[in-house]
Amino acid sequence: MSILYFLIGCSVLLALIFLGAFFWAQRSGQNDDLYTPSMRMLLDEAEETPPEK
Amino acid sequence: MAGSTILEKTTCYHCGDDCNTVSISIDEKSFCCNGCKGVYQVLSENKLCSYYTYNDHPGASRERIDKRFDYLNEPTIISELIDYTDQEKTIITFYIPQIHCSSCLWLLEQLNKINPAIHYSRVDFLKKQLNIRFDHRQISLQQVVELLDEIGYEPLISLQDIIKEQNAATKDNLVSKIAVAGFCFGNVMLLSFPEYFGMSVAERSFKYFFGLLNILFILPVVCYSASGYFISAWQNLRNKVLNIDFPLALGIGVLFIRSVVEIVTRSGAGFADTLCGLVFFLLVGKFVQKKTYHHISFERDYRSFFPVAVQIIENSSERPVPLSQLHTGHRMVIRHNEIIPADAILLKGEALVDFSFVTGEAIPVGKTLGEIIYAGGRQTGEAIELEVIKPVSQSYLTQLWNNEAFTRKQDNRMQTFNDKVSKYFTIALLTIAFAAFLFWLPTDFRRGLAAFTAVLIVACPCALALSTPFTMSAALGVFDRNRFYLKNTAVVEQLAAIDTIVLDKTGTITNGSDSRIELKADLTIDQKQLIYSVCMNSAHPLSRMICVFLGNEERRDVYNYKEITGKGISAEVNFQKVRIGSEEFIRGVSIMLLPFTQVHIMIDGKYLGYFSFIQHYRKGLEKITELKRDYQLHLLSGDQDQELPSLLPFFGFKANMHFNQSPQQKLDFIQSLQANRNKVMMIGDGLNDSGALKQSDLGIAVTDNVNNFSPGSDAILDGASFHLLPVFLRFSRDTVNIIHFSFLISLTYNLIGLSYAITGKLSPLTAAILMPVSTVTIISFTSLATHFAAKRRKLI
Repeated sequence: MSILYFLIGCSVLLALIFLGAFFWAQRSGQNDDLYTPSMRMLLDEAEETPPEK
Repeated sequence: MAGSTILEKTTCYHCGDDCNTVSISIDEKSFCCNGCKGVYQVLSENKLCSYYTYNDHPGASRERIDKRFDYLNEPTIISELIDYTDQEKTIITFYIPQIHCSSCLWLLEQLNKINPAIHYSRVDFLKKQLNIRFDHRQISLQQVVELLDEIGYEPLISLQDIIKEQNAATKDNLVSKIAVAGFCFGNVMLLSFPEYFGMSVAERSFKYFFGLLNILFILPVVCYSASGYFISAWQNLRNKVLNIDFPLALGIGVLFIRSVVEIVTRSGAGFADTLCGLVFFLLVGKFVQKKTYHHISFERDYRSFFPVAVQIIENSSERPVPLSQLHTGHRMVIRHNEIIPADAILLKGEALVDFSFVTGEAIPVGKTLGEIIYAGGRQTGEAIELEVIKPVSQSYLTQLWNNEAFTRKQDNRMQTFNDKVSKYFTIALLTIAFAAFLFWLPTDFRRGLAAFTAVLIVACPCALALSTPFTMSAALGVFDRNRFYLKNTAVVEQLAAIDTIVLDKTGTITNGSDSRIELKADLTIDQKQLIYSVCMNSAHPLSRMICVFLGNEERRDVYNYKEITGKGISAEVNFQKVRIGSEEFIRGVSIMLLPFTQVHIMIDGKYLGYFSFIQHYRKGLEKITELKRDYQLHLLSGDQDQELPSLLPFFGFKANMHFNQSPQQKLDFIQSLQANRNKVMMIGDGLNDSGALKQSDLGIAVTDNVNNFSPGSDAILDGASFHLLPVFLRFSRDTVNIIHFSFLISLTYNLIGLSYAITGKLSPLTAAILMPVSTVTIISFTSLATHFAAKRRKLI
């Protein structure tokens, strides 16, 4: 059963990595604007002049 | 030339407004004005016409064009505005109210194609902000702003830098705190389950290990996530206030100490999971309560709509001066569409001042030379020169802000239900805890201590603390749907407590911009064309409204055009003399003293009749005034009492209608009502209501476009939802009832928990079950009940 010590260590470490990832995302401002990217992705990349309508 | 060709209505390719002329067109596309055409040209030169493919008519109308941005060369002003600068680049955030569709987003993020010196531009759509990074060696800030203006997105640059204030306000670590609490909650649950399910003798060795891990996990929860509660409880204790944070902090502290002691002395499993769960749910409640409207500012005062700088004439040359340095005696130049920032005497030019921001009255007022013009008006027409007679902060309008109503702290205008209850709750809690302790003390000291701590743990008012935020945020969502935007959740409770309603007149119960034109004359189509042609030459708002009213007539050549400010126009069209204007101007005398604005017409010496501009009352005014059965209702207007007869049926008593009120008098009136222990709600729209809005227990600003300027207030109501106000009041009372009821529910849970606790035998399992169950009940009850209440009131 001593394997549990190892397993719990692993699970806590993994969870800490996720927590760290979340903090990093928060710090780098990825959660600041949750709306605009959803619109931005629908717009095309800069292309040659599209045919006039 | 003769005949009546009715042109087909064309709409502007850029902004979608109706085109009143056909002359402005390019590439077979027609535009309503040269401004819109200019934007199109800039875009097509830079091959950015995809702008028009994402949405139809994405632009904003560009009728106002003559803007000056010289002041953006002043180093003091620049340093106030920018976020960051170094040798190479400058970063700045603009607030651009025009951002409204994906085309805007697309275009603003392609600025680099128009000018490569702009390295980066990023839009935050909900906040309507644009973040720009540019090389200031190649392009100046002024040029950047002019470029934005050129493509139809003029940034709103004001004295009160809204952008920075908002960014500063959102910087607390609530989300991070929730993340830590949630992380620890999950892990502690995992480690606590074995204890609850029972462990065999062989597995007992893990128990101590799990316990120690639990202590490690609750440390960050208590020290970091829950730190706010300890700080707040301590501050409130020092101010001799017992608010809900005190029992919460007490509960958290006791949970922590008892858990650590139990685990270290191996006497029990501790309450680590209850502790983490409690903090996690409390923080989630806090998060829910913090709904913010990014695009609406509730804190605007005159500074946010006054310009940053003004042009003054010194030694016969013009230079921009920041408003803070504007002194008495300066001679300033105000151009079309600029705001007069200080009380001043008119020295040169024809002033036609639009005071709609101040009073809500949309029709501009003419001023003569030597007359004093109060700050806050917007000049329309030609450039004027004025001498400042009072500095900005001392002017008639802005001195309102020196009133103590504006320096008072805002938060606790009314005690919320939570504040009231938690005081008694805390006292009762402490009494029970000490009673349990004293009861067991003679027989068993340890049991007494156990009972004491158990009471504090189990009665920790988690459910109580959650009922208000969840109910209120649900209510806020309902209001939001109906275009009624509240500053924060506490406003809902204030709304329910109101017993007196005070209404402003112009712009609040009348519809500021949308006055109805009626033609009180029989005109032939030919005569209509004459009038249309003359009015097209005038920038006066009344002329504009007449043009829109007459629609697309054929335009004829106009000769001998003469416009006399504040009076009218005379001109010759088709060899006929046309005179349009006030009654005095046309007939020499004013005979008909009618309570509304009129524009009279005379062609070739023959009086034909007049246009009347009747301000009509907002839809649903009768519903508001029906409230006079349950509420005291007052009308507070800055205008003359011309409209008294037509408003009397709505309000009933003359005594409740107050005319000729200055901004300061409005404020004082609210104060006098409050002195009689009335809870006053003020509904207004202009800057002149600012004092009253601030002084009242609940200030609501009415506006027809929430992105436009509205004075500082607790709530902003879209004019289209004005008729719903009585329903909003009723609904707010419903929500307060829901809070009361959920308080009863949480009390029941507390009583059940207490019955275990006072015996001193509270098992960690009971606490671990009771806490989440009560939380879930409260959250689901409040959300469902609010939903049903809203449905019953037909708000969703």
